[in-house]
Amino acid sequence: MKKFIVSLVATGLLAFAMGLVLPWWSISIAGFIPAFLIPQKRYFSFLSAFFAVFIFWGSFATFISVANDHILAHRISILVLKKDDPNLLILFTALLGGLVAGISAVTSRSLSILIRK
Amino acid sequence: MKYFIFTFFLLVNIGLIIVLDTRKVLPLPLGKFLSVQEGIWRNAEPVDKNFNEDVKVTGLNGKVDVYFDERLVPHIFAEQENDAFFVQGYIHAKFRLWQMEFQTHAAAGRVSEIVGDKAINFDKTQRRTGMVFAAENALYAIEQDPASKAAVDAYTAGINSFINTLNTADLPIEYKLLGYKPEKWTNLKTALFTKQMTNNLAGYDRDFEFTNALKVLGEENFRILYSDLPDSLYPVIPKGTQYKANDIALNIPATADSLYFKRTDTIQIAEEYKPNPANGSNNWVVSGTRTKSGKPILANDPHLGLTLPAIWYEIQIKTPEYNSYGVSFPGIPGVVIGFNDSIAFGFTNAGRDVKDYYQIQFKDDSREEYLFNNKWEKANQRIERIGIKDSKDVFDTVSYTVFGPVTYDKSFKTALTDNQSYALRWVAHDTSNILKMWLLLNRAKNYDDYLNAIKYFNVPGQNMMFASKSGDIALWQQANFPLRWKDQGLFVMPGIDSSYMWHGYIPQEQNPHSLNPEQGFLSSANQRAADSTYPYFIPGSYEVYRAITINRKLNEMYNVTAEDMQSLQNNNYNVFAEEARPILLQYVDKSILSQDELKYLTLVENWNLQNDPNEKGTVCFIAWWDSLHANVFSDDLNMGEIPLIKPEKFVLLEALEKDSAFKFVDDKRTPEIETLVMQVTSALKKASTQLDSLEKENKLEWGKFKNTTVYHLLKTNAMAFARPGLLNGGGNGIINASQHDHGPSWRMVIEMTTPTNAYGVYPGGQSGNPGSKFYDNFIDKWTKGEYYKLWVMNDNDIQDKNVKWKMSFTSN
Repeated sequence: MKKFIVSLVATGLLAFAMGLVLPWWSISIAGFIPAFLIPQKRYFSFLSAFFAVFIFWGSFATFISVANDHILAHRISILVLKKDDPNLLILFTALLGGLVAGISAVTSRSLSILIRK
Repeated sequence: MKYFIFTFFLLVNIGLIIVLDTRKVLPLPLGKFLSVQEGIWRNAEPVDKNFNEDVKVTGLNGKVDVYFDERLVPHIFAEQENDAFFVQGYIHAKFRLWQMEFQTHAAAGRVSEIVGDKAINFDKTQRRTGMVFAAENALYAIEQDPASKAAVDAYTAGINSFINTLNTADLPIEYKLLGYKPEKWTNLKTALFTKQMTNNLAGYDRDFEFTNALKVLGEENFRILYSDLPDSLYPVIPKGTQYKANDIALNIPATADSLYFKRTDTIQIAEEYKPNPANGSNNWVVSGTRTKSGKPILANDPHLGLTLPAIWYEIQIKTPEYNSYGVSFPGIPGVVIGFNDSIAFGFTNAGRDVKDYYQIQFKDDSREEYLFNNKWEKANQRIERIGIKDSKDVFDTVSYTVFGPVTYDKSFKTALTDNQSYALRWVAHDTSNILKMWLLLNRAKNYDDYLNAIKYFNVPGQNMMFASKSGDIALWQQANFPLRWKDQGLFVMPGIDSSYMWHGYIPQEQNPHSLNPEQGFLSSANQRAADSTYPYFIPGSYEVYRAITINRKLNEMYNVTAEDMQSLQNNNYNVFAEEARPILLQYVDKSILSQDELKYLTLVENWNLQNDPNEKGTVCFIAWWDSLHANVFSDDLNMGEIPLIKPEKFVLLEALEKDSAFKFVDDKRTPEIETLVMQVTSALKKASTQLDSLEKENKLEWGKFKNTTVYHLLKTNAMAFARPGLLNGGGNGIINASQHDHGPSWRMVIEMTTPTNAYGVYPGGQSGNPGSKFYDNFIDKWTKGEYYKLWVMNDNDIQDKNVKWKMSFTSN
């Protein structure tokens, strides 16, 4: 459990920090590094990275969107999801971010296992 | 196995990032697009955003403070005039950068770079029309004038100093949507903007359609169907005005009868990107003799395509020399429509034809040499490189003749034959500096200053309305208007020699004008400038009916207030229907109508002639009249086969008022002779079919039928950024010229009291960002026909409660 939380927090912090200077796909690196260093079962690696970025993107998007009275989220949800639903757009955003970080974490863990053999 | 697992996840990982980072699989790079750190979320502006900022820039000579009021209108206070333009550029870019670049890309024929090959024909049309050539000529003239050059240099520097602050995350949302980045602004882009506006206002032309109509109808019938001189004309310049005789001899070429009036070919050019002929406007001014305050009141509402971000941006510019307020075009410096402490100015489109085509005879397919005055002249060939998103560049060669660019030849319009090449002579190509007019108008103090300013304006022809606090009212129809013999330029002209060229321009002082007329008011609404006593040939595309209502109303108005003028701008009375309805009702044969058809007839009969949003009569009337128009003319003008254009609606109305046996009423395609009764009745029957389906969709009420929509500039590609379904009245030929996606793009009423009593509203908002509450916040007020009181800020208002935010600009 401790490893899970450490991975999660590390991924989240890395994602935020790298996002300040690197393009959006740096969340993938943020998922990769802790998963490589912290040995967990593959699906735990996935989940810790997934939730890290899910929480990061989800809460950040919520924070922004609430301050915006969801003006933009209304419009973009129509554009992207063909449905006027700001909350769904926030959820979708969080899921995408989580998925990218999670898959990267699994890849990383697989590599780690491969190398240590 | 472990290798396999790793490889599998690695591929999934890479694949996922490629899918989410590019447009190869999905239409949007969803990862990049939705990233909270660089994607669209960064464009979601907090509703309580604080716009206070201290900005350090390079290039200012003094200090500039910008105060924003609660509508986000900037009030720029500058110690130096050019600093004001620098900051105007910065502010325009801060709030409207994407539209500025998109509109100037469109002007330059560079849309394919952004949206891909679907825009190639548009881009080619722009290039072949010589838009960039025109802008280069304008820029040359601007840079010849030190004051203009300094103003535009400062404006451009301001825009670029904003662009330099941008990183990926800050880009306007449209860049993220379409996947590109802004480039540096240049003075040429400012010139391009003026040319795009010129094309919108003086780019409508019917030479090819008229040439075809002449061939199909013959000269006599052509003149009946395409007259531009209605009996009901209420010209811009009051009837009875004496004009100085035209003493310039204009010789009709010897070949006019054979080569010009009796052409035998038809021309297969369907112009896809014609500007909307409804691009127009209303303006009027009432002198102090007719107002309650005893001071003039000026009103203006320019009718353009309604877009988000809006074409207009409200602004106040205060320098030691002047204090102007009004709307500006993001893309050029200064206030374009507005007022200062002494005068007010507004514009409507003149609609005059300043664009003619000449048929060119090239030596061969290389189009390098053309016959002119019995010699082979060398054409300047301009090679146009059209960049295309995700694809290779396309090249197009445009030959420039003594007339101008060859817009149409068989390399562009494949239906054209070898000898069908058409060069464009257009006033917009001339070297001139129209920006200077605005630079001078912003600081004008009286009629003489105004008169001096407008002389710099050569195109697009405008009715320039003027009022001063000292009590003068005036109007000039101003531009360089070609000096032509009668009927010159209605049709495509022979271009093998100089005999059909324009004879220069009508002398400026002969342009139609009026100063302090006895009637105590002046108005213009895109109608013909003058009646037939004006001693020059002035063809054009003119509106008839708004002018009638405006003049009728103003004639009977005294003790006028600014509120009266506001309600006049929102007047929905349909004066065309007032004249046309009696014909429909008189000639319809009720005995052969079904229950449904009678129902629609009754709706027309009981209609109050107002184009109000809840009126069903409006929709029934329009459907009925349009159907009659088609019944009468569709046999004579088989629109499908060759490019033709419908006769104006006044033509049919006035013909039927004079003679119910108007010779076009009969359908030539049937052996029997159709009477007006038969045509009016059958028109109602046909219209009823359409009205039945509208009723089923609950769209019989005018407002619902019209469905007023302010589209985003990307049109139907970005409906999420549009505002559809606005319920308002008005329409074509109505003072409130609000059509489906076109209409009053800015409504302004200025009373020349001290302090100035000013009102305005436009269907948009000060921010171009769809994620801002200031994106479309004026629209509801505009829809209801309401106005904002315009706040002219003074030096001692710095602590005023209207000031919400402040940006300070200093040089670093």
